Amino acid sequence: MSGPLVEVSSISRSYSMRSGMFGRSTAVHAVDRVSLTMRKGETLGLVGESGSGKSTTGRIVLGLEPPDHGEVRFDGKPMATPGTPAWRAQRAHMQMIFQDPLGALDRRLPVAAQIREPLDIHGLGTPLEREERVRELLRAVELTPAHGVRYPGALSGGQRQRIVLARALATKPDFLVCDEPVSALDVSIQAQVVNLLADLQAQLALTLLFISHDLRVVRQISNVVAVMYLGRIVEIGSADDLFARPEHPYTQALVSASPAPGRRSAGRIVLAGDPPNPAARPQGCAFHPRCPRAVARCASEVPALSHVGGNRQVACHLVTGPQAETRDAA
Amino acid sequence: MGRYFAIRIGRAALTIVLVVTFAFVVLRLSGDPALMILGPEAPPEVLAAFRKAWGLDDPIWFQYLDYFGAIAKGELGRSMRDGRPAIELVLERIPATLALTLPAFAFKVALGIPAGIYAALHRGSGIDRAVMVTAVAGFTVPSFVLALILVLVFAVQLGWLPSGGQDSWRHAILPIATLSLGGAAVLARFTRSAMLEVLGQPYIRTASAKGVPWRKVVTSHALPNAAIPTVTILGFMVGTLIAGAVVVESVFSWPGVGRLLVVAVANRDLAVVQCILLLVALTMVTSNLIVDFLYGFLDPRLRAKGAHA
Amino acid sequence: MTDATLKDTKAFSSEADSGSRKENALKLESNVRRRVSLPAIPVSVVLAIGWIVAMLMIAAFAEKIAPYGYTQLDLRNRLAAPGNVAHWLGTDELGRDVLSRLLVSIRISLLIAFGATAISAIVGTTLGFLAAHFRGPVEQLVLMLSDFQASMPFLIMALAVLAFFGNSLPLLIGLMGFFGWERYARIARGLAISANAQGYAAAVRQLGATPARIYLRHILPNIASTLIVSTTLVFPEVILMESGLSFLGLGVQPPMTSLGNMVGYGREYLTRAPWIMLAPATTIVVTTLAVSVIGDWLRDRLDPTLQ
Repeated sequence: MSGPLVEVSSISRSYSMRSGMFGRSTAVHAVDRVSLTMRKGETLGLVGESGSGKSTTGRIVLGLEPPDHGEVRFDGKPMATPGTPAWRAQRAHMQMIFQDPLGALDRRLPVAAQIREPLDIHGLGTPLEREERVRELLRAVELTPAHGVRYPGALSGGQRQRIVLARALATKPDFLVCDEPVSALDVSIQAQVVNLLADLQAQLALTLLFISHDLRVVRQISNVVAVMYLGRIVEIGSADDLFARPEHPYTQALVSASPAPGRRSAGRIVLAGDPPNPAARPQGCAFHPRCPRAVARCASEVPALSHVGGNRQVACHLVTGPQAETRDAA
Repeated sequence: MGRYFAIRIGRAALTIVLVVTFAFVVLRLSGDPALMILGPEAPPEVLAAFRKAWGLDDPIWFQYLDYFGAIAKGELGRSMRDGRPAIELVLERIPATLALTLPAFAFKVALGIPAGIYAALHRGSGIDRAVMVTAVAGFTVPSFVLALILVLVFAVQLGWLPSGGQDSWRHAILPIATLSLGGAAVLARFTRSAMLEVLGQPYIRTASAKGVPWRKVVTSHALPNAAIPTVTILGFMVGTLIAGAVVVESVFSWPGVGRLLVVAVANRDLAVVQCILLLVALTMVTSNLIVDFLYGFLDPRLRAKGAHA
Repeated sequence: MTDATLKDTKAFSSEADSGSRKENALKLESNVRRRVSLPAIPVSVVLAIGWIVAMLMIAAFAEKIAPYGYTQLDLRNRLAAPGNVAHWLGTDELGRDVLSRLLVSIRISLLIAFGATAISAIVGTTLGFLAAHFRGPVEQLVLMLSDFQASMPFLIMALAVLAFFGNSLPLLIGLMGFFGWERYARIARGLAISANAQGYAAAVRQLGATPARIYLRHILPNIASTLIVSTTLVFPEVILMESGLSFLGLGVQPPMTSLGNMVGYGREYLTRAPWIMLAPATTIVVTTLAVSVIGDWLRDRLDPTLQ
């Protein structure tokens, strides 16, 4: 728990989207000037609705695609260009857990062969050592070597996600990006997998970027939580503090909509208006059309992310802290 | 819409360029034209003079452009057999071929499309099964076998029709029958599956669930939609009108383009082969282009998009 | 190459041999078994498989089974009708045994069909993968060539090549190998693009795998069933194309013989000895029918999305 392992500085990514075959292409800003810092052994929860750019952020942070602007540094060094040999070698240090474990596994290979694959790719160990490592990994994700000979289709959803996890851990990576790792699983299985992930994270001192729309799950595993809305981070802070005392109206709405023990659901804030559409981003604060507390200024000026005390940062004109400051729309 | 057609026309032109390139490459790869035309016994100085006269010493890129230029001017060479211009030989054979392929095309459409539609509408019935079996037979029985069987039955056994030649309309019956039967089977099978696919769409179920009479569902919803893929295969069939009778013309000794092609290939009469190749490419490209234009009118989605562009 | 393909096909019904493609065939087979365990294999498919196996056996052992040499003359028994003890299927006008010629013709025709199908599958799949991997100009080029190939009647192109190059068995196989490649290319490209966009291929890519590994070890086995179904569509057409060319006297050249060749030859004796032509013609029809029946059945089992 010392220096930063991953430093994300002001990354942006936009896609051009065509409406129909001959329509004019419009740029969709999926990620807009997002900065994050992750220390070794820390878990950062990234929360947002679909279309908030959290998955794109995850892919850029992991180096799967390059940002248009900004930079990601891993262990002090910039990311290699995707597809190059240097980039491929770098993959041994960082891995991804996918939302759909069945889609992420090759249905035509026994799962043990797939867990072993990163070792084959990166040439780690002798064949015998690789076999041993596969058994070790299966035990680590609480499966048995007997599961290894099966095909993905013959395993349950939770077991598949454990296989994906075992494969991701094969090369002993430092950094894991989990993109909605449990949202495709049954609720009863979700907790098991999240607990396993938390245990392994503590055991192996992994740095985790945990992306989810589900606040309960994020609360369970994260040290730090960042909330995204339409490509920007609107609030970031340590998990317990943020959930106990959300500052941004959007975070407040999210937290109020998520059931938690010991809190009555009476004060639930229901958001009005359309769900966010990245192709038609409102002027000013992107959240203002749905914000119950929006004022005139929100429609014209983009609020900057600013410190409001502790390690909390919020991007809202209505939340002012010790060093709160605003910035004109760029 | 304009953009759509521009792309199609560009593609058509590109196909022609590719065919000419194909002919050029194959021609150059196949050997030294000087040796081929003058024969291996020709003295070296004659060969050299020939190469110089025909520009065969020029860089290959130069020759390629030259070749294009000649074709653009319609200079397609002379037949090695009788020295007449290849294009003339080919053009004079076209009426004979069309005399077979046009009626055959009409029969294919008249038989195949109604059979396919009927089979699709009465799926699983005896007629559907009969159509499917015939369609499979039409695919697996090669045209030369069908032709020989027809000859065996109607010319040899029954003696009703002549087995070859071009003296009267009766000579055309067996070749046309051969061409139509195979094509009708393919067309029936294709129409049936296009129709079945459309009939399985939710909008058909919606229409009949709303109480639209079934006859009207079929005529105003199913048929127009099934027509779109069927037009493609029809376009392809139109494209083969010129050269679609290679085998059948050979079996029945019918003096059309197909028979000319077979004879030219056997004699390695390159100018004639090349000329037929270009002619076929031209008809294919033209018919594809017509299909593309028809698409533009048949498919409302393309029409709608065209309005924005 | 051809032998490997022959074995591949045999793997459906019996055992497979060594080689990496064996895996696919085996997996396919186990796949077939798994999904088809409940309904029994239809009689028509059993018959079709039996016919193809018989054809393969004949192709493998043609010379050993044939009662006579295929060029051996028996001038006392010219144009003998079928059904006699010495010549089951009769003789031609030089007294050559039709059965022996038929067996050898089956071997040649199958050799060409398998060789050509293998070439076109390999070439097409490779081009499709290249298009999917590089996108951009490479993809455009592959698409343009496959459009071109699809829009020109293959018979005419083949005749043109034969006119320019003359004829030989390797050339004929190579030429037939150009038939149908564009279908594999389109299928391989489409499936590889969707596999790359999400799912297992993307997952393996982010593990740090090289493109060769992704395409050969992961994508190829996953799309093999679709490609094999396409093979069953291309294969009969290759047989028909080759027999058509040979029938016209422009394919396999005498003294070598093929099914189409025999039909073309038998045509001269249509009135006096129709059996010369009927035996190979029946073989062509039944073989293409058998492959189509197996193909339809495989398509229903493996890949309902393919038209």
